[in-house]
Amino acid sequence: MPFAQTRTLLDDCPFTVRTIATPASNETMLVCDPSDLPGLCAYVTGRGAKLATMTGLDLVPLGEQLGVEFVFSVAAFDEFLRIRAPISLERRSYPSVTPAVPAAQWYEREVKDLFGIDPVGHPDPRRLVLHETFPHGYHPLRKNVSATEQAPTDARHFDYFEVQGEGVYELPVGPIHAGIIEPGHFRFSNIGELILHLDARLFYTHRGIEKRVEGKPASEALFTVERTCATCTVSHAVAFSTAVERLSGTQVSERATWLRTLLLELERLYNHVGDIGNLCAGAGFHAGTSRGAILKERLQRLNEELTGHRFLMGVVGVGGLRYDLHSSRLEHAARTLPELRDEFAAYVDMLLETRSFTHRLVGPGTLDLATAFALGGTGVSARAAGLATDYRIDHPHLAYPLLKPRRVVEEAGDVNARFLVRVGEVMEAFDLAERAIAGLPGGTVSAEIAPLPAGASALGYAESSRGANIHWLMAGSNSDVYRLRIRSASYANWPLVARAVVGNIVPDFPLINKSFELCYSCCDR
Amino acid sequence: MGIADLLLRPLRSPVVTAALPAPGGLPDRGHRGTPSLCSAPAAAAPLSTLCPVGAIQVGEHPNGACSLQIDYGKCLFCGNCVQASPSGELCAGNEFALVGRTRESVTATWTAASDGSIERQPAAGDAVGQSVAHRRCRSVHIRHLDAGSCNGCDWEMTALLNPVYDIQRLGLDFVASPRHADLLLVTGAMTRNLMQAARRTYEAMPEPRLVVAAGACAVSGGPFADSYATAGGAAPALPVDVFVPGCPPRPEALIHGILVAVENQGRR
Repeated sequence: MPFAQTRTLLDDCPFTVRTIATPASNETMLVCDPSDLPGLCAYVTGRGAKLATMTGLDLVPLGEQLGVEFVFSVAAFDEFLRIRAPISLERRSYPSVTPAVPAAQWYEREVKDLFGIDPVGHPDPRRLVLHETFPHGYHPLRKNVSATEQAPTDARHFDYFEVQGEGVYELPVGPIHAGIIEPGHFRFSNIGELILHLDARLFYTHRGIEKRVEGKPASEALFTVERTCATCTVSHAVAFSTAVERLSGTQVSERATWLRTLLLELERLYNHVGDIGNLCAGAGFHAGTSRGAILKERLQRLNEELTGHRFLMGVVGVGGLRYDLHSSRLEHAARTLPELRDEFAAYVDMLLETRSFTHRLVGPGTLDLATAFALGGTGVSARAAGLATDYRIDHPHLAYPLLKPRRVVEEAGDVNARFLVRVGEVMEAFDLAERAIAGLPGGTVSAEIAPLPAGASALGYAESSRGANIHWLMAGSNSDVYRLRIRSASYANWPLVARAVVGNIVPDFPLINKSFELCYSCCDR
Repeated sequence: MGIADLLLRPLRSPVVTAALPAPGGLPDRGHRGTPSLCSAPAAAAPLSTLCPVGAIQVGEHPNGACSLQIDYGKCLFCGNCVQASPSGELCAGNEFALVGRTRESVTATWTAASDGSIERQPAAGDAVGQSVAHRRCRSVHIRHLDAGSCNGCDWEMTALLNPVYDIQRLGLDFVASPRHADLLLVTGAMTRNLMQAARRTYEAMPEPRLVVAAGACAVSGGPFADSYATAGGAAPALPVDVFVPGCPPRPEALIHGILVAVENQGRR
C-alpha cells in the first residue's frame, strides 16, 4: 500500500493530523494545525525525513484561506511526506519551523516576502527575495496582487550581519562581479584576509517566474519554466513536466523516458566539464581553463547536432518530448561520446599531474557533513562532504532504475572533494549516456495530457548537475497552473557556501565559489 | 614531464579556432534555425497563435493578401511555430545575424499576395553590418552585465573567450570594471532588484560608450516581460545602441552584434 511505509514515521505521533489523498502514488499529504508545525516537522525529521521544499499558498479565490506546506523526502521508502497547515487571513502567521529544522530558513523568509505569512520566531527575519526597491506590505504572490503592475518604489535600508570587534572590517563584493558571472552580493566580515563571516545576498535575478506562469496552460508555461536557468533547463523541464504528468496520470512512453534520461546526462556532462574548467580559472591555471573550455564547446556542439540547441532547450515537452531525435544523429552521438570521454580522461590526467594546481584545491572551502545535513544540502556539494544524497537513486526517476547510476561520494568536503566528485560523475555520465543510446527503445515520444484535476497538487523532480530540482505544482480549474513552486538545487545549497568560506582567506573565495558552481538564476527565479 | 608537456602540447595540437562565418550563413550544425515565412499561408490568423511569447503578428489585407510579422526580439527560437504550422508555411532558416540598431529593426515582415508570391522586408539592421564580420577593429573592451538572465546568453559570452571563438584575435576583450570598458554587453530582462546596479555600471563607464542588448530578455523582456519583478528589457533603463536577438544568441551572433555596434559608433 503506497502510504504504508511513510505512515510508519507517524506511529505514536502526538499531533493531530488529517490525511488528504494526492494523485501521485509516492506522496502522503497531512494537514495539521499551524501551531503544531514546528513540533510535527521536528518529529518527522527526527525519524529520517529531510526537508525537500516548502511553499506558501493563497487559496482565497477557491473559498479557502492562506496556507503553508512543508515537503519532506523519505529516501528510505522513495516517498514524500507533505505537511500542510491552513493559515487564516486574520492571523497570517505561524510559529517558525527554522529553529527546529534549520534547512527551512530561506523558504520561510521567502514565503513571508511573497505571501505576507510571518514565521514568528524566525532567527533571521530580514527580507530575502524582494530588495529595498519593493515597498513593505507588498506581497506579489497573493492572488489579489497584479502579476504585471509595477509596485511603487521604496528606498529602505537593508541590515547586513555585522561582526563586532577590533580590526574587523566589512568587504562588500558585487552584485556586479569582475568576470562574466551572475549578480549576487557578498558582504564579508574580515580580519586582514581571514573571513570571519559571509552574509550572501542573492535574488538580483528574481524575475517573478512563478507568478508569471499562473493561469497559463502547462505546455505554454513550460517555455518560461525551462528558462529558469539555461544550464539546468533539462532538469527544470523534466521536473515540471513530471509534475504535470503525475497530476494528470499521463503515462510517458518508454522512448521518451530514455531520451529524457539521455538529455539529463548530456546536461550533466557539459556542466561538470565546464565547471572543472572554471575551477582551473579560480586557481589561476589557464592551460586547464582553455583545454576544459574546448572540451565544453565540443560537448555543446554535440548537444546542438543531436537536438538543435546548444543548451538542450525546447526538447523536453509535457507528455514526453516535443520532437523525436533522428537515428543518424543518435548514431553520431554514440560515435562522438567515447572520443570525448578519452579526451576528458587525458585532461584530468594533466590536471592531476600539475601539483601547483592540485595543491590549491586541498583544504580550502571545507564543508562538514553535519552542516551539509542540517541545512538540507543536495547534489555535488553534499556528496563531496559525505552526504550521499542523489535523487537518481533515492527517488528513482526516468530510466535510472534500469541504468542504475553509481553514487560518487567524497568525505573531505573541500574544493578538491567537489572536484573529484565531478570527475567521477563525468565518467559515470559518459557511461550512462552511451548506455541510454544503446538501449533506446522504439516507439513514439509524445503523449496527450489528460485534464489536470482542479485544485490537486503533485511534485516533479530531477537530479540536475547541481542536485535535486523539485517542482511543486497545483492545478487551476482549466488545466492551467494555479501555483508553481520551483525549488532548485542551488536554492538549497547557497547557504552552504556561506558556511564553507569561514576561516578561509578572501583570495580563495573565487576558487571556493567556483567549486560549488551554483546557479544564481536557478535560485532567484 | 609536466611543464614540458604543457608547453609542447599546444604546438602538437591542431588549431581549434574557427573562422567566423559570413552573416548570411552558418555551416550546418543541426541547429534549430531562425523561423521565417516560406510559403503563402492559406489562412494567416491561426499562425499568430503558434508563438508562446506572441512574437508572430498577422494582418489581413484587401485583395486576399496578408502580412505576417515575426518580432525576432521576442522570439525564443523554440521552433514551435515551425513545428506546428499547418501546411509548413513557417520554416527554419540559417540566418543568425539578426542584429539591429533599433528595436523595430529586429522584426521581419512578409507580405503574401493572393497569387501565392511572398515579399519580405529585411530583418537585419544595417547594410554596413553585413560586411563587418571580416573586419579587424581597434581594441574594444567589453564589460558584461547580467541584469536578470537565465545565464544562457552569459555562458555564450564566456565561450567568446575560449580558443574556438577567440575574440581576442579581433581586438575584443572583457574587462573587470566598467571604468575600463568601451562597451556594455547586457543580458537579462532588467530585474527591479538589479536596476540600480545596472544604472551605476553604465554611469561608471567613460565616454564614448556603447550598450549592446543581447538575447530575447535584454531586447524585449523575453518570457519575463510584463512581470512585477522586471522592467522588460535593457532599453527601459539604458540607452541601447544594438539589439541582438536570440535565446541565447550563438557566439557568432554576439560577435556580429559587438562589431556592428563598434562600426556604427557615433552614427545615428
